[in-house]
Amino acid sequence: MAADSGTATGIGASPKRKEDFRFLTGRGTYTDDINRPGQTYAYILRSPHAHAEIVKIDTAKAKGMPGVAAIFTGADYDKGGVPCGWQIHSKDGSPMIEPPHFPLCKDRVRHVGDQVALVIANSIAEARDAAEEIDVTYKELPAIVSTGAADKAGAAQVWPDAKNNTCFDWHIGDKAAVDAAFAKAHHVTKLDLINQRLAPNAMEPRAAVGDYDRATGEYTLYTTSQNPHVIRLLMGAFVLQIPEHKLRVVAPDVGGGFGSKIFHYSEEALVTWASEKVRRPVKWTSDRSEAFLSDAQGRDHVSHAELALDKDGKFIALRVNTIANMGAYLSTFAPCVPTYLSATLLAGVYTTPVIYAEVKAVFTNTVAVDAYRGAGRPETTYLLERLVEKAARETGIDRVELRRRNFIPKTAFPYQTPVALQYDSGDYEATLDLALKMGGWADFENRRAEAQKRGKLRGIGISTYIEACGIAPSAVVGSLGARAGLYECGQVRVHPTGSVTVFTGTHSHGQGHETTFAQLVSDTLGVPFESVEVSHGDTNKIPFGMGTYGSRSLAVGGSAIVKAMDKIIAKAKRIAAHLMEASVADIDFKNGEFTVKGTDKKVSFGQVALTAYVPHNYPITELEPGLEETAFYDPLNFTYPGGTHICEVEIDPETGVTQVVNFTAVDDIGRVINPMIVEGQVHGGVVQGIGQALLENCAYDQETGQLLTGSYMDYTMPRADDVPSIKVATHSTMCTHNPLGSKGVGEVGAIGSPPAVINAVLDALRPVGVTDISMPATPHKVWQAIQSAGKAKAAE
Amino acid sequence: MDISGEYPIPAPRTVVWAGLNDPDVLKNAIAGCEQLVRDGDGFTATVVAKVGPVKAKFGGRITLSDIDPPNGYTITGEGQGGAAGFAKGGAKVALSDDGEGGTILKYTADAQIGGKLAQIGSRLIEGTARKMADDFFSAFAAAIVAQPANGAGAASLEMQGAEAPGVEAVAASEAAAAAAARIATPPASTQKGLHPAIWITGLVAVVGGVLYFFAQR
Repeated sequence: MAADSGTATGIGASPKRKEDFRFLTGRGTYTDDINRPGQTYAYILRSPHAHAEIVKIDTAKAKGMPGVAAIFTGADYDKGGVPCGWQIHSKDGSPMIEPPHFPLCKDRVRHVGDQVALVIANSIAEARDAAEEIDVTYKELPAIVSTGAADKAGAAQVWPDAKNNTCFDWHIGDKAAVDAAFAKAHHVTKLDLINQRLAPNAMEPRAAVGDYDRATGEYTLYTTSQNPHVIRLLMGAFVLQIPEHKLRVVAPDVGGGFGSKIFHYSEEALVTWASEKVRRPVKWTSDRSEAFLSDAQGRDHVSHAELALDKDGKFIALRVNTIANMGAYLSTFAPCVPTYLSATLLAGVYTTPVIYAEVKAVFTNTVAVDAYRGAGRPETTYLLERLVEKAARETGIDRVELRRRNFIPKTAFPYQTPVALQYDSGDYEATLDLALKMGGWADFENRRAEAQKRGKLRGIGISTYIEACGIAPSAVVGSLGARAGLYECGQVRVHPTGSVTVFTGTHSHGQGHETTFAQLVSDTLGVPFESVEVSHGDTNKIPFGMGTYGSRSLAVGGSAIVKAMDKIIAKAKRIAAHLMEASVADIDFKNGEFTVKGTDKKVSFGQVALTAYVPHNYPITELEPGLEETAFYDPLNFTYPGGTHICEVEIDPETGVTQVVNFTAVDDIGRVINPMIVEGQVHGGVVQGIGQALLENCAYDQETGQLLTGSYMDYTMPRADDVPSIKVATHSTMCTHNPLGSKGVGEVGAIGSPPAVINAVLDALRPVGVTDISMPATPHKVWQAIQSAGKAKAAE
Repeated sequence: MDISGEYPIPAPRTVVWAGLNDPDVLKNAIAGCEQLVRDGDGFTATVVAKVGPVKAKFGGRITLSDIDPPNGYTITGEGQGGAAGFAKGGAKVALSDDGEGGTILKYTADAQIGGKLAQIGSRLIEGTARKMADDFFSAFAAAIVAQPANGAGAASLEMQGAEAPGVEAVAASEAAAAAAARIATPPASTQKGLHPAIWITGLVAVVGGVLYFFAQR
């Protein structure tokens, strides 16, 4: 690929986003904006109990309510359950337990919000009123909520087949080697950690419109999805048995996903199924309260970690035991999050030679848990960077120095870790040095002293992280249990007058693909930025696609577009050679012009495009007319963005309030197409990371399983005054195995930041004797930690 | 959530006990109580409750246990509010003499809410429940005081209730308080000795109503 083009819209430039005009002026078309003739409205009656038998459902009165078209319960639903897309095998070789997940509960509800009845009426108000008249008799059962207690004796059982609520009991690494290394360790650092459950909270709640056309037998589903082709595959093949050619899935403008819109949700299947039953389109739109009870949630890991060091502070072994909460059902990618997206990164940026991790996944009476921005990598990064920080404190080795001593050196790539992955490139010293400089690490103690004069506790924290994205090499993930390939498709259609439409199987819901991909195509084909349109999100338009998640769109989807453009250029060169009566081997293509080596002959890209569609003078016996190419790109490896995040906080010891006062993110994300979009992605990720570290927590009542943080009164989203102006820089080494060299930026902010924040909080609290705190470090928790440390000190 | 309270009622314990078992007394003291019907060892009740933006009709059943006339009982109840969720709970009610011819009513109640109610209201429920309990017991106390005064007084109270069907809890308690204020000295000797089952039922209903109110939050 060419280096930065230096133009205002090419690779490396920051043109304003093409999509922003429609978004900022309210002209976007979201799923809820779509209305079909004769449309009905669906309301889903959800369980108020965390765990109960459904004894009886009486819908007779509700069915007689005004405007009601139909009411369906589990007994009426005659199609399949929602499948899981990734299979994990336990240590003993047995496959994970996969309980059925029907869109309407058959005989038992398993979490508050579980789906009991579907009411379809002429208006949403009528549907809600009718739902009020459905009489459900429940027999309540004991519920289990706690991640750590779910597999213990006496816990309520969520599924009969999952003994001790265990979905799988998996491991990775060399246990014997790790045990041997621990036996000769100079020092062992141990840490217990909770990576708390989060609610994703995309700005746009989920919605779905199902539309069955009796005339053609075709179904159309409009849905808030990050990957419409995956939904078509899962829902069509596994749930409703609708063949692909009769099922169209459209994901129009989508207002944020953060992973929560990857998964195939049962509401999508319900509206599609019901539209055929009632012979009218059916629309369902979640409200915010419903989203808290039905959107897959994130994180929820409980871990114990041990790090063995030799006398020089070199890490010689790592041992981790994690329990991961799956919720009541297995969501689409849930099993791979704590395993292959998490434990395989336990080497981090360090040369730890042997690692052993055990991961047990458990069912509980809570909303399903699945990938959420970072998906497994934030959990691992938090664990490692808290552990390394603690090891530094315990050994007395400077925390930056300890990290440096254990970094994988720049010269060691490709680097094979002891937990399956092979990193292709990186320069951890460089990102660290830049971050230390930008973050003012060297003179921090002056700022601490100054804050102390004001009665504030100031601290600084660091995290040096790596993540794996660009998901994913199909053969590799297939061997690890993925039930789908994870390549991407790109189609480039050059129109007769030289403008271009790009069809991508990725989906943009905040990432700015319409801009970034247009820059890439404009730069490569030499056509104006304004002449490139990017189309996505409709299975009837896009040949195929695996969608957007795992920071894969540019690294995988962009690479597919590059490959399609390679084909376009190759064909165009043959046409140009014909037009200029030259040999194809002598044709050069640069800046939108085809030239013949050593001559002043040239034809423009537009002339070639026109010739392809008006082939009056054309090598018709050798070449088909037209200029449109499709490519599928399957990556050879994951990509490995990494970097250093530094956070500085000030804590008011009187109130426990923590203010993030400085934040520096230096990320190695490979080639950058649009630095402005990169900065925005890092900002968003860091804010979510600060949210996890200081504010957000999805809490259930431990006895009853009721969701206690079900609205913004109780679930604390970060606001503008919770975050500082964030300093962002990139220091890039190129990905070595994709044509762009790009690694991905969508998740780095949320992955690197939480441990940087917590390490800063603990650095601030060290002088008052606090050595541990859990996320979110709320004012209440910080204040209590200060008080109990003070009491402990007084007692000495 | 646990709530407790104590109310001095200037009436003898047996009178208070009777009131606790009188469906009419209880029904009038529960704001929004549409129906209170004897059903086996308890009651079925329908209460419409509105707290802030949430309004729902709760249907439920109340049972009595540990019945110890005229000292107290335990009531447990559960109400379904449809899509709004459910509420359930219980209360121990204990009566004791105050040594001056009056009665001290003590109660400890706990309530659980589920579904949407819990999702949006778990943090607000306690304050609301406390207020509802206060409103109920003050209305109840006033009604008890008013009841034995004379036929006219009782009729007056009943008439007020009848004239304002569906009256809000506050209004009901004010009416009761006004009625109580008119009766300077409640004659302790005029207790009517209601059947304990009725008393018990009434008390259950009252507690249930309170719990329902809580739950509606």
